[in-house]
Amino acid sequence: MAGPLLQLSDVHASYGPVHALRGVNVTVNEGEIVTLIGANGAGKSTLLMTICGNPKPAQGQILFQDKSLVGMPPHLIARQGIAQVPEGRRIFPRMTVLENLQLGATLADPAHFAEDLAICYGLFPILEKRQAQRAGTLSGGEQQMLAISRALMSRPRMLLLDEPSLGLAPLIIRQIFQVIEQLNRERGMTILLVEQNAYHALKLAHRAYVLASGEVVLTGSGRELLANEQVRAAYLEGGAH
Amino acid sequence: MGFTLAVGTFLQHLINGLTLGAIYGLIAIGYTMVYGIIRMINFAHGEIYMIGAFIAVTTFTLLLGAGVTSVPLALVIVLAISCTFTAAYGWTIERVAYRPLRTAPKLAPFISAIGMSILLQNFVMLTQGARSKSLPPVMTGGVTLWHDGDFSLGLTNIQMFIILLTVALMAGFTLVINRTALGRAQRACEQDRTMAALLGINVDRTISLTFVLGAGLAAVAGVMVTLYYGVIDFYIGFLAGMKAFTAAVLGGIGSLPGAMLGGLLIGLIEAFFSGYVSSAYKDVAAFSILILVLVVRPSGLLGRPDIEKV
Repeated sequence: MAGPLLQLSDVHASYGPVHALRGVNVTVNEGEIVTLIGANGAGKSTLLMTICGNPKPAQGQILFQDKSLVGMPPHLIARQGIAQVPEGRRIFPRMTVLENLQLGATLADPAHFAEDLAICYGLFPILEKRQAQRAGTLSGGEQQMLAISRALMSRPRMLLLDEPSLGLAPLIIRQIFQVIEQLNRERGMTILLVEQNAYHALKLAHRAYVLASGEVVLTGSGRELLANEQVRAAYLEGGAH
Repeated sequence: MGFTLAVGTFLQHLINGLTLGAIYGLIAIGYTMVYGIIRMINFAHGEIYMIGAFIAVTTFTLLLGAGVTSVPLALVIVLAISCTFTAAYGWTIERVAYRPLRTAPKLAPFISAIGMSILLQNFVMLTQGARSKSLPPVMTGGVTLWHDGDFSLGLTNIQMFIILLTVALMAGFTLVINRTALGRAQRACEQDRTMAALLGINVDRTISLTFVLGAGLAAVAGVMVTLYYGVIDFYIGFLAGMKAFTAAVLGGIGSLPGAMLGGLLIGLIEAFFSGYVSSAYKDVAAFSILILVLVVRPSGLLGRPDIEKV
């Protein structure tokens, strides 16, 4: 496997007045699914947003394909090939499904548009049926599918996913995780996945990090962490399935 | 005969109202778009319109002096120059007065906008003089649609020009907002700026372009008013700005069709009130209607109540 695609070293960042990241080291290699688990407020979402340049890291280094992202504005970081499916999906509610996807393709070569659209509709056929509908009228699961598709439309090198299973029905969660796995297996998509649904996420992950109070407290392969007593006690007991 | 005369008078007020409404509508678009994207009332927008009018007078005078006699040619040149300069003003105002305050409390950019408005008024007063400037009639003539004895229902060429150009601009603008990548980016920034940036949209540039487009439309309105009234001064931006702002709020601030509808309504109210009641109190009528509408529909006629976020 190639060298790290994304490397965070000693990253500190604040979310508002909260010092949310306190020296985080995380590495993601090309072609990997890496999962971040941790309790509410551990800094998982802040970590993803910091990679995307909002907030900017107060200290530390973030390298993507050996290029520093520190100080780069968010729209230029997106241009490097990083797409995020953010917490709460953040689809554009008063625009149609198709317009949301067109916005996702802002950075892509227009020549690829039809092909990429067909890929997304292939992954989530319901979106094609809803294409002329306002995105705000979609169900939660459909909105999540739209948010993932929107991110894919830019043909990213790396996908950041923030709690894609949050608030969704078990059947939909399964479908979303299947797509994530499929994207990685068939297209070699590198994925950094943040999840509270630790059981599913760890099963999927090549490697995983446990974040607590803005620090990495544990790391290992997905399987190792699934078997780890502390992880089981803190994140899995009673919460599996 | 009395009846036909009444109809004729009514139609004449209607034509005058449409003309005024077109001008207000063009200015109102700038207010509504800027509000939509950065949730701020750009109180210097009326001044942009005033500057557009001054550039129009200057350019017309220069062209007349240079012996340009073709009215369409002169119009195209004046519109192009006026739009270019005011677009630069719009861009600069956003850059120096609003962008540094983007994350400041709402009151700060509001005060900055009022300051910018005063600054621009005084700048024009100092450089162009405090007296009103006039322009000899550039566009004359018109058609008499109907006449009966002493009364004649007329549509002047200027009115035709104003109404047709406004309809064309508004149609074009609606198309830009609804169908182009720039329009999509703009609507995306309106709904969620952080997300738009994550998708690679340059939010600062999109906001700048919004100011540039709004300023361009205000400049067109400035050119129109110069042609229509022939007299301008450094203070015309205040009242016109107030009315256009009223139009934008009446239609529903943030809504593009709302601004157009609001402009039209304010123009018609003014024309009919002046015609049938009293021209001295026409402004009172326009603002009273605004208050009445806001009591019943606080978000304006086509506005959307500001409670999204699921």
